[in-house]
Amino acid sequence: MFKNSFSKLVNWLDTRYDLSPVKELIQHKKVPLHKFSMFYYLGGIALFLFIVQVITGILLLMYYKPGEESAFESVRFIVTEVNFGWLVRNIHSWSANLMIFFAFAHMFSVYFTKAFKKPRELTWVTGFLLLALGMGFGFSGYLLPWNELAFFATKVGTDIAGAIPIVGSTIKEVLRGGDDVTGATLSRFYGIHVAILPLLFTFLLTMHLFFIQKQGMHEPDSFKKLPEDKKRYTPFFPNFALKDALLWLVVFNILLLLALIFPWELGIKADPFASAPAGIKPEWYFMFMFQTLKFIPAHVLFIEGEILGILGFGVAGLVWLFVPFIKIKEKFNSKFDLMKWIGIVIIVYMILLTIFGYVSSSTA
Amino acid sequence: MSTNRRKFLNILLGIGGIGGLTILTYPILSYLIPPKSPKPKVNSVKAGSATAFPANSYKIIKFGRKPVILVKTDQGKFVALSATCTHLDCIVQYKKDTKQIWCACHNGIYDLNGRNVSGPPPRPLKSFAVKIVKDEIIITQAG
Repeated sequence: MFKNSFSKLVNWLDTRYDLSPVKELIQHKKVPLHKFSMFYYLGGIALFLFIVQVITGILLLMYYKPGEESAFESVRFIVTEVNFGWLVRNIHSWSANLMIFFAFAHMFSVYFTKAFKKPRELTWVTGFLLLALGMGFGFSGYLLPWNELAFFATKVGTDIAGAIPIVGSTIKEVLRGGDDVTGATLSRFYGIHVAILPLLFTFLLTMHLFFIQKQGMHEPDSFKKLPEDKKRYTPFFPNFALKDALLWLVVFNILLLLALIFPWELGIKADPFASAPAGIKPEWYFMFMFQTLKFIPAHVLFIEGEILGILGFGVAGLVWLFVPFIKIKEKFNSKFDLMKWIGIVIIVYMILLTIFGYVSSSTA
Repeated sequence: MSTNRRKFLNILLGIGGIGGLTILTYPILSYLIPPKSPKPKVNSVKAGSATAFPANSYKIIKFGRKPVILVKTDQGKFVALSATCTHLDCIVQYKKDTKQIWCACHNGIYDLNGRNVSGPPPRPLKSFAVKIVKDEIIITQAG
């Protein structure tokens, strides 16, 4: 009966809106099968975690009160008084971190399989911008509980933005809503976190998903070279979609376990007139940059260390954003894959500096 | 529609569109820059009793809107410095064991004269004058 009513509904819609493009996509979308096929799931997991973020974020909005005198108290109220408030906040925090992790994993898998190459340049660009916005979500959301760690992380983060030549001081002032990190900063970060970033993110995500549907799944070179009869595919609907759904369920269970076993600390309320506590550190995905800043000396030649650091990361970010448009000539027909090695060096650098950051902050 | 007429309308729409966007952008950007609120003019602040302040310890004092670190050394001497690290704006603290000013954010170290001695801070901490009047600690702008 249900199936009957569903096909009736589809027919009703079809006669009015012509669903043939959707039907076409459902019938013909296919996923190549090869040794890197598991990489196809990473973006989907990041998407699932974003959906979790939207739902838990909306739930948190029901009780959260921005403001120097109310933010910390309202989060404490959520985790101590509201039914399952602790669970909602823990899931929101864990899911945020996992989302960034899977977005990074997705990005590097795309990089190493060279899926960013023509004609998928804009899928890469929108994807990298989504990761940058995701980190923006993390940075702005980190301040919202108005605790000590977040307060200083925000002071440092906005001060780094202030080091950008020419426009830096204006950006810093606009972000902070004044000279210092105060309640005004909290109001702005709240607006950025719940309105500006979701708007931009939804727009870019729609573009990103549209590009993927339009162009189909990327096939790595090793797969493309195979003779037609050796190429194996699985239909996206229902085979791949069901596996995706199963994996989402597994991820959701892991998320619940993490939220139950490792609750997210609320910490101490921020005091703008207290010393930065020992062991202060940003979220793990900013750690490699934070640690780099620790290593750069106060002055390198005639430039201040922090300006050099921010310029370095700024340029590196731009190069990474435009990776699909950079043509590296393959000389001598050699088997040396420069792009691959650059990627490996970047990952090793990020991992080492992150580990070093945690080890040094725990011993400081 | 003649091509000239179409061209004219396109130019008009283009100018109108770009002009409209510019007109909208300027007030939005200006709106985002917070208005300057008058800064409280503070020349000196009281920081409590000098005898009650334990030796080899510190306190962060509000100097207008800015934090100042007040340290009492082992010898009983008072030192007041800006508490804002010149590296990335964190608030510094006094390390009792090394007798130095330390910023926990990026491991910046200053001596008790405010000189940046190691780590990333690019400049020294600004110093403040400390006077004791009838056992009351008074911090004033130096110079």
